[in-house]
Amino acid sequence: MKLRNIWIVYRKELRDSLRDRRTLVAMIVVPLLVMPLLSVGALVLMSKIIGEAKQEVPRVMILGGENSPKTREALESNKEIKAEPGSSDYIQLISDKKVRAAVEIPPDFDGAIARGDQLTVRIYNYQGDLKSGVAADKLEKFFNDLSSRTVQERLAARNLPPTMVKPFELKTQNVAPPEKVSGAMIGGFIPYFVIILSLTGAMYPAIDLTAGEKERGTIETILCSRVSRTHLVFGKFFMVLTASLGSAILAMISMGASFQVAKAMMVGMTKGTDNPLQFSIGIKAIGAVFLMALPITVFFSAALLAIALMAKSYKEAQSYISPLMIFAIMPAIVGMLPGTELNARLSLIPVLNTTLVCKDIVSGTYHWHQIGIVFLSTCVYAAAALFIAVKQFNREEVLFRT
Amino acid sequence: MIEAEGLCKVFKDKKRGEVRAVNNVSFVCKPGEIYGLLGANGAGKTTTLRMLATILEPTSGTARVAGFDLMKDPENVRANVGFLSTATALYGRLTAQEMVEYFGRLYGLDEATISQRINEIFTRLEMNEFRDRRCDKLSTGMKQKVSIARTLVHNPAVMIFDEPTIGLDVMAARTIVQFIRECRDNGKTVIFSTHVMSEVEKLCDHIGIIHGGMLLTEGTLADLRQRYALQDLEDIFVKVVEPHMVKEAVA
Repeated sequence: MKLRNIWIVYRKELRDSLRDRRTLVAMIVVPLLVMPLLSVGALVLMSKIIGEAKQEVPRVMILGGENSPKTREALESNKEIKAEPGSSDYIQLISDKKVRAAVEIPPDFDGAIARGDQLTVRIYNYQGDLKSGVAADKLEKFFNDLSSRTVQERLAARNLPPTMVKPFELKTQNVAPPEKVSGAMIGGFIPYFVIILSLTGAMYPAIDLTAGEKERGTIETILCSRVSRTHLVFGKFFMVLTASLGSAILAMISMGASFQVAKAMMVGMTKGTDNPLQFSIGIKAIGAVFLMALPITVFFSAALLAIALMAKSYKEAQSYISPLMIFAIMPAIVGMLPGTELNARLSLIPVLNTTLVCKDIVSGTYHWHQIGIVFLSTCVYAAAALFIAVKQFNREEVLFRT
Repeated sequence: MIEAEGLCKVFKDKKRGEVRAVNNVSFVCKPGEIYGLLGANGAGKTTTLRMLATILEPTSGTARVAGFDLMKDPENVRANVGFLSTATALYGRLTAQEMVEYFGRLYGLDEATISQRINEIFTRLEMNEFRDRRCDKLSTGMKQKVSIARTLVHNPAVMIFDEPTIGLDVMAARTIVQFIRECRDNGKTVIFSTHVMSEVEKLCDHIGIIHGGMLLTEGTLADLRQRYALQDLEDIFVKVVEPHMVKEAVA
């Protein structure tokens, strides 16, 4: 009888909520679209901007170098840059983005190289500006190449081997498995999104099923039916939990799809560099993140119900719940920051502990005792929130607040 | 049958401190009778009826409703009560039929009984035309019919109406008044609160005048006329309530 009542309430609330546009948007549209838009969209935009900056032939000003025709000509004939004659207001021109960078060739530079004197070549750029940075990089590469060539010529002239100036090679080799690299890089994002979306997914039904009922005057109707208040709150709670889990699952699916696209793009972007990026996040990790997210969705659902129930209207409930969003987002952000690692104390802080343990899981590290502590402590918080929600639902001054 | 014994309800208010909304209210309402609770706004009518419907818990005192004690067995009290007020709204996103079905299920009826009851009630109240329409798309009169169907689906022995006609137009109010009368004719115990004298005169077999949370007097209309030597119910009401209002003003 008891379970039947909870099931009846749950079924009705589910049907009712699925007809509510706000709930549908928060539960389905946001997790399905926000993921790809945020992750892939940001990547597309980023790679497009970087690609454009790299493709553009930057206008670069050459200052001095009148008596160094060899270097000047080499610079002017370099297809990577567009050399412009020097002008005294080069700083202003760089600031105004009329030229991207400037290079100052010291007097008698060609002669100094031939003699073996050391002079300083200055490159002027506008730090923080992407295109100026690219232009400066191109100039730097030009002069680095020139420097290497000069060294080789000098060695050859003295019949010395190249090892004379470079006695050994130095190479850094990554030993972390691919999933660890991705875990460290983007591992923090996945639990963050899952946690935030499970909260936003639960938010609207939680308000609608409590303060919404008060505002519409249906709370008295349902309270005079035979169902007990405890069964009623459980039916409502399971509906909010469904919305929360639904959002989390959809977020995972959409994350998985976005991830494949992002992977292809980022691997492409880092190809040819010394450390080509490799990604791999397994089904096991996704499953484990979901499992860790379970108690937190219970916690959110119950806490949202308990808070929203105190409000008289939809608007009032929203203003009560906004601070909770900050409480949930802040630890999730802290957990996402690189360098934050799970320790005994942090494993008891709700949300933050789940974010951190999920970050480890995504990067392939399973510290079972920590996973256990985090899971259990979140279960305790979830049970406490559920207990409070049930208590609240049995308080007349909460149900009939005037 | 409703037997209220010393019902009290105290609310805690931040500004006013303890507020005794209902103070030692006792009365009996028998099957096949309409008991009218007459009082001004804030007299304690709604609180009394909400306690009888187990929506609020009495601070002290109790009542037996359809043979069940509302403190000891609130679930069975609710199973035998149909409660209707203008505050009992409908779920806008459910259809008329879904709304009534939902309550039928909550009252523990099986699907066959629910379907049979809905067919009976919807036909009698001429609701078949809009049974699949969402409640938020219905007119006020249609909504009232759905509310009535909701209170009737489990065929309760006791009907509680809290100012059911407030804010309704003439036609919608007429439907309700007619329905209350039908309930009595079907042998149900009916309690009804209002501040509209004409409704009480038209409908009620027994009248209780409530003020400041206290039941000041009760009896049939004839009893009251004889007791206060006045014909008009409004005059009787004023005569009963006025001395208490003066006392309150002095206090």
